[in-house]
Amino acid sequence: MKSRFVCLLAGLTLAVSSLATQAAEVQVAVAANFTAPMQKIAAEFEKDTGHKALISFGATGKLYAQIKNGAPFQVFLAADDKTPARLEAEGDTVPDSRFTYAIGKLVLWSVKPGYVDDQGKVLKKGQFKHLAIASPKTAPYGAAAVETLTKLGLLDSIQPRFVTGENISQTYQFIVTENAELGFVALSQVMVDGQLTGGSSWIVPADLHQLIRQDAVILAKGQDQPAAQALINYLKSEKAKAIIESYGYGF
Amino acid sequence: MLSDVDLAAVWLTLKLATVVTIILLIVGTPIAWWLARTRSKWKGVIGAVVALPLVLPPTVLGFYLLITMGPHGPVGQLTQFLGWGVLPFTFAGLVIASVFYSMPFVVQPLQQAFEAIGVRPLEVAATLRANPWDAFFTVVLPLAKPGFITAAILGFAHTVGEFGVVLMIGGNIPEKTRVVSVQIYDHVEALEYAEAHVLAGGMLLFSFLVLLTLYSRKGATSWK
Repeated sequence: MKSRFVCLLAGLTLAVSSLATQAAEVQVAVAANFTAPMQKIAAEFEKDTGHKALISFGATGKLYAQIKNGAPFQVFLAADDKTPARLEAEGDTVPDSRFTYAIGKLVLWSVKPGYVDDQGKVLKKGQFKHLAIASPKTAPYGAAAVETLTKLGLLDSIQPRFVTGENISQTYQFIVTENAELGFVALSQVMVDGQLTGGSSWIVPADLHQLIRQDAVILAKGQDQPAAQALINYLKSEKAKAIIESYGYGF
Repeated sequence: MLSDVDLAAVWLTLKLATVVTIILLIVGTPIAWWLARTRSKWKGVIGAVVALPLVLPPTVLGFYLLITMGPHGPVGQLTQFLGWGVLPFTFAGLVIASVFYSMPFVVQPLQQAFEAIGVRPLEVAATLRANPWDAFFTVVLPLAKPGFITAAILGFAHTVGEFGVVLMIGGNIPEKTRVVSVQIYDHVEALEYAEAHVLAGGMLLFSFLVLLTLYSRKGATSWK
């Protein structure tokens, strides 16, 4: 009788613990440019592993500040490699968890078909009132845009016409509502299944700015959280990589 | 202590708040007068529309302004037709947005001041053969002075404190649309906490002093 009870208890414990791992949640901070692929990956991740990813999107700099000030994020997908490296140096991450999950591409984009040529000459012609970029101080795509314009020798002439989005999503919104004629966004924002969603674009050659290496890291709050590790593993899977690639990212 | 960029933001904010307050006193006075006097069935509707910014999140207002003032929105089409271009990312655009946003803070104190005066002084003025305009300027305005001061202070302070709408339609352009609240947000995001403290502390002090002035004014009509 007693052994039966122990058996039952053991079974129950097993059931509860497996339930706990199955239904675990992971809180993820994700750079705004990775919004669309992350939503897709999170849906697949939940289907395949049972874990649920709760995602917060924002500018990398802002997310960093939130993490430093006690935000409950367990995994961080940044838009650069500097911010995760900084968190690592400051002891806010799980050691050796950092890796590059995608290499971003910068694109000059307009809603109007035929407006942006495939050489970016529209920048030199300069017949526009507003060019949208993401805040170069906090958003790596904004910094890459400034770097590109500097290399082209156009920064001084175009800077007065900058409208700055708080993050890359707001920058996209300025362009898509046509309040800005064109702007620099992430290729992932205007690409689905390897196809441009509309308008006209110039994919900025990689030699005009530093490589946008986007790193992910498990944060201190994700230590020993199976769901956090599972998400990192999932990001490295072929399935996730295919999704990431379909939005125009490289590896 | 303040960098040039910060100073430019402070200056721009004061300029915006001043322009908006002046416009609101001019536009808000007839609206408040009408609301205080009318028996029209539209009174409730207009009163509700004016008060909307009190309860709406700034994102809602900012979103609709961005759409309507954009190149394909009705306001955007009109301004383009008039040769003014589109309003988002311009100082004029911020002024228009702020006029909507701060409207209740000016109209409501005025309306209460006008209601408190009642019809009697105007009737007396009429018996002394003052025409309605004359009566308004010589009787109503002096009597409603505390209401005008309250309205101006609240309209100014509320515009200084505006953030969400500016963030959505401003585009963060130095000396055009980068106001103090946005500049503070930028500093915090860029982890420039020292600079953020100076501006944020200044805002706190300013807001406190404004409210202190408002609440300790002699014979102040309480608002709300």
